[in-house]
Amino acid sequence: MAPKAATGRTSRNPDLIRGVGKFSRSKMYHKRGLWAIKAKNGGVFPKHDPKPAAAETPAKPPKFYPADDVKKPLVNKRKHKPTKLRASITPGTVFILLAGRFMGKRVVFLKQLTSGLLLVTGPFKVNGVPLRRVNQSYVIATSTKVDISGVDLGKFDDQYFEKEAEKKKKKGEGEFFEAEKEEKKVLPDDKKDDQKTVDAQLIKSIEAVLDLKTYLSARFSLKSGMKPHELVF
Amino acid sequence: MVKGHQGEGVRAMNLEILFNAITTLRSKSNQYPNTSLIHIEGVNTKEEVSWYCGKQWIALLLHLGQVPRPHGNSGVVRAKFKSNLPPKSMGDRVRVVMYPGNI
Repeated sequence: MAPKAATGRTSRNPDLIRGVGKFSRSKMYHKRGLWAIKAKNGGVFPKHDPKPAAAETPAKPPKFYPADDVKKPLVNKRKHKPTKLRASITPGTVFILLAGRFMGKRVVFLKQLTSGLLLVTGPFKVNGVPLRRVNQSYVIATSTKVDISGVDLGKFDDQYFEKEAEKKKKKGEGEFFEAEKEEKKVLPDDKKDDQKTVDAQLIKSIEAVLDLKTYLSARFSLKSGMKPHELVF
Repeated sequence: MVKGHQGEGVRAMNLEILFNAITTLRSKSNQYPNTSLIHIEGVNTKEEVSWYCGKQWIALLLHLGQVPRPHGNSGVVRAKFKSNLPPKSMGDRVRVVMYPGNI
């Protein structure tokens, strides 16, 4: 196939109205230079032989035919795009979390993951918020920024936060009672180490700014008389 | 566990400012109980209300709703709840939460 047109190339045959081009078929023939292609090829359009089909392995007849015709689900080719970030959200912004366990905490934004969620950290030492994913809607972006250029975030993605797939236990009678006791969920050590590495860099940048550490350890709350629609974050 | 950490004073991510659920949407003789009118303290104009549009309500810990639009010029707001507010709650407090955030 001919290589893709360079970016910025418009169609040679602009639409007058939808479905009606500006140039007629014969005009387009000339515009596209088909006469030149023909001339180059001895008066005929060049023919491309079909690629030899790969020898098909004879398909085995299936062992099992379903009794009823099973409808195939329609193909879904939708691709997931990460949510568009608000202009106020840039890496290093300090967020106020609006909901959930860490409601009211001020945290540092690290990066947006491919699922669209925002990766955020307290840092843990400062306010107890670990590396966590947060939705953009549940966050207020303040105008305070922290320098996170020294932090390596390559290894964090949505996979990192997925739950460990629980192995299915085959329950025998005796094991029924044992299975009731769930193991206490302990955070694996490598995740703790990741937290420490990320935070080490961050805390240096935070301590460089006056009062930023106390700011991050304090919780945000609305006091009497504070009107959120009049607050400037 | 969360309540243990925070006292009510700090927990004010919810706007505990007095919001009065004034009444249901109504004309003189007809009521439309699916929409309530809510007056937010400190909000007095239509423009100020636009900050709250899209935010969620929690009324009486039972009803969840949304702030869709202002009602008139003086900062009253129309709110729709998942199930209609009971008429007993006219005059009661209602809370607005700050999410979904848009700042």
